[in-house]
Amino acid sequence: MRQPLSATNDFVVKFANVNGSGSASANGLFARSILRMGIPIAARNIFPSNIQGLPTWYEVRISGEGHMGRRGGVDLMVAMNPQTWDRDVAEIDAGGYLFYDSTKPLPASKFRDDITVIGVPLTELVNAAYSGARERQLFKNIIYLGALSALLSIDPAVIEQLLTEQYKGKDKLAKSNQEAFHLGRNWALTNLPPIGLKLEKSDKVGNRIYIEGNAAAGLGAVYGGATVCAWYPITPSTSLAEGFEKYAKKFRTNADGTKNYAIVQAEDELASIGIVIGAGWNGARAFTATSGPGISLMQEFVGLSYFAEVPAVIFDVQRAGPSTGMPTRTQQSDVLSAAYASHGDTKHIVLFPEDPRECFEFGAAAFDIADRFQTTVFVLLDLDIGMNDWLCEPFAWDDSRRMDRGKVMTAEMLDEAREFGRYLDVDGDGVPFRTYPGTHPNKGAFFTRGTSRDRFAKYSESGAVYVDNMERLLRKFETAKQVVPHPVEKQAARTTPYGVIYYGSSSAAMQEALAALQADGIHLDALRIRAFPFHDDITRFIAAHDTVFIVEQNRDAQLRTLVMNECNIDPAKLVPVLHFDGTPITARFIRDAIGRKATSVEVVPLRKTAP
Amino acid sequence: MSYLKPALKHPGLPKNALGFTRRDYEGSISTLCAGCGHDSISAAIIQAVWELGIEPHRVAKVSGIGCSSKTPDYFLSSSHGFNSVHGRMPSVLTGANLANRDLIYLGVSGDGDSASIGIGQFAHLMRRGVNMSYIVENNGVYGLTKGQFSATSDKGSKAKKGAINRDEAIDLVAMALQLGATYVGRSFSGDKAQLVPLIKGALAHQGVALIDCISPCVAFNNHEGSTKSYDYVREHNESVNKLDVILGRAPITTQYAPGEVTEVTQHDGSVLRLRKLDEGYDPTDRVAAMNYLAQHKAMGEIVTGLLFVDPDAADLHAGLGTVATPLNQLGDEVLVPGAAALEKLNASLR
Repeated sequence: MRQPLSATNDFVVKFANVNGSGSASANGLFARSILRMGIPIAARNIFPSNIQGLPTWYEVRISGEGHMGRRGGVDLMVAMNPQTWDRDVAEIDAGGYLFYDSTKPLPASKFRDDITVIGVPLTELVNAAYSGARERQLFKNIIYLGALSALLSIDPAVIEQLLTEQYKGKDKLAKSNQEAFHLGRNWALTNLPPIGLKLEKSDKVGNRIYIEGNAAAGLGAVYGGATVCAWYPITPSTSLAEGFEKYAKKFRTNADGTKNYAIVQAEDELASIGIVIGAGWNGARAFTATSGPGISLMQEFVGLSYFAEVPAVIFDVQRAGPSTGMPTRTQQSDVLSAAYASHGDTKHIVLFPEDPRECFEFGAAAFDIADRFQTTVFVLLDLDIGMNDWLCEPFAWDDSRRMDRGKVMTAEMLDEAREFGRYLDVDGDGVPFRTYPGTHPNKGAFFTRGTSRDRFAKYSESGAVYVDNMERLLRKFETAKQVVPHPVEKQAARTTPYGVIYYGSSSAAMQEALAALQADGIHLDALRIRAFPFHDDITRFIAAHDTVFIVEQNRDAQLRTLVMNECNIDPAKLVPVLHFDGTPITARFIRDAIGRKATSVEVVPLRKTAP
Repeated sequence: MSYLKPALKHPGLPKNALGFTRRDYEGSISTLCAGCGHDSISAAIIQAVWELGIEPHRVAKVSGIGCSSKTPDYFLSSSHGFNSVHGRMPSVLTGANLANRDLIYLGVSGDGDSASIGIGQFAHLMRRGVNMSYIVENNGVYGLTKGQFSATSDKGSKAKKGAINRDEAIDLVAMALQLGATYVGRSFSGDKAQLVPLIKGALAHQGVALIDCISPCVAFNNHEGSTKSYDYVREHNESVNKLDVILGRAPITTQYAPGEVTEVTQHDGSVLRLRKLDEGYDPTDRVAAMNYLAQHKAMGEIVTGLLFVDPDAADLHAGLGTVATPLNQLGDEVLVPGAAALEKLNASLR
């Protein structure tokens, strides 16, 4: 028998459950109770495309150091699903712990001898105390929560408090849950010896908040002044539109019950983006939320938005492709289909938030950017950020901030006899003025088309007129470089020929990997890209290093392709580090991949011995 | 190319209640074929908006792609127009309507645009009851791509090159009735006397109004054997009523025999006065209208007129409960909850 793992505030607990068994609530309580003890956690759902019956997992990484990425490996497995028993047991790190329902005896062959097995007769306990089938199913979860609290030294008062909050106004439910919790806890205190994994109160959480990225982005859309949301349900983006609805209802309902927003669940993604573009054309801030398959369907409309210069915001919560692929698994695989969406020569502004805090910030900023540049702005989340609760910095807002509606010519400006040409570049930045429909009785109206019109929106199929317009659109894109969120650079402790570029949800794992690589003696300057078009700092960063790794969660190194193409970089200089199995990237993976490649780059060719 | 017309106007041109002449409602010169039914519809739209005394800039024109969808350039040049994506006018117009409920929305589409590529969006717009006038310029053929059958081509009708259509036709009027449209009419581009009041009624209607307007294509669908030709439609046109749209309460000045006239007062106070041509027809009975259409279709007749109207129509905004102020006019103070609210929210997330 190997020495059992021993760790305080630094281990991974994984719950293996059956979808629809009510485990999510108990697992969520487990995670929140640790947070309330001041210990940072990173929790992730690994779930099937199913409502009831299939296996689902919930992984909680407890990290006193505050690492928010997935670590990889499992120290304590709470194996509640017989369907996945074998693989769950196999996944435990050597020296780790297996927690299971010992009511029914299992043959020794079902266990491993290099782990500690903790049996709790959950079914027996729950059956003795409860008679209803649903009651038994739900309280079994709370009973294992009680047992785990005893094993890991979770403060029972914290869980009692959480249960009181959860069942506010339903005292009977709160009480029965607390009883079930203590039933499990007392059994474990009486019957189980302490284990090597422990939790100790800490102060590392600070004033951080715990929220999923989709809800944060929906809140961002409320703060960004969005009034029209049109969407079609698709995993993993659904909770973004629902988040917008929740917060809009809270913050945008008038005393008489009328709403300062409109949400339409459209018949498909084509209609969703059509509604968004119609609303944007008519001067409302509008968005849709979707995932990769939706982006495919929206392609034609996105081109119209680009050429007709109509603001629109698309939140794309990326998942593994294709439509019938792995809708509940994460990837960063829509980078190219967003950046170059549609037919003809098009390119679009894309924002890459790293966590819920940035989902909120970029979610609000996207509407200013879309209005400023009169075009589609993509905000690329992914399932990992979107559907998991993340511990992040609290949201902040400056009350002096005002919506930037961009260049909109009003009736007064038209009356001042200012020249209005819908596609006239008056300021040299490529951005023309627009008017909202109905602005003025006889000035400022125009007929909106994709192209085939001149600077004054008059019909023209002249080649020179077309080229003039296309070049202005490029100027506009160039202007956008300065306005979109700039990249964030983090320099290594010492001068290094290595750089690494990363973005979005890889950020947390990357931070941890950087520290680990430094400990391994591999130093890297790191640049987090936050938006496309690419700021000149990105080209400068690449030029300053011999080798630049680009860490991504897709197979084809999509951001690398975009960087090569847009910044005119020699492909040999950009080394891809790719993770694309549908699970969130881990620090261990990045460390191993870069560690191997960085070493091989450092290999000095054998010198011929002098004759 | 489109051409602007000279701004010069005869001083003696008649003016509407707002002092505008018909010329103020015109657009660029049409680039459609001479004799195209669509140009007659454009003229009818101009006449209807002028007669109703709507300020031209208070209308928003939205279309998809096709011959019909080009026409919004040929009327109401003081209105904003949007030539959008093939078959997607309904969604673009829905979005525009959500953004500003105070404008008058006119959607112009064709049979290819609405009955083929756009049938999904057509159906869902009808279901939602977007407050708009939806005019389908229905010629039963793809004109811009030179003469292919469309989804409204009747089974057995003949293409210019001789092919016989073997597929069943989609009847947009029947679909609209089934899908809950609250104002449904059919007309013929060659019958301006019928079409103008139908458009006026649709513009005044506070819900979704569909007008399926048969509009012969002189280039590709006006031959012997076509069921959308001028001759065929004139021969088979069966009008159920004659409509007058009256804004405000104008007294009846003409003497009608008892039962000859029905009046329907809409939400906005406008009165639809219908002189019956078919004695038994009740345009406020949806089920009866559907039956009547089916019976007369079986007899080979094209039923025209105001086929159904729900005077108590409600629209999408009523369903959503949106505020009376257009959403595109709401400012930071209404839309942005501010830092204090956010701090409270932060506290609830710990």
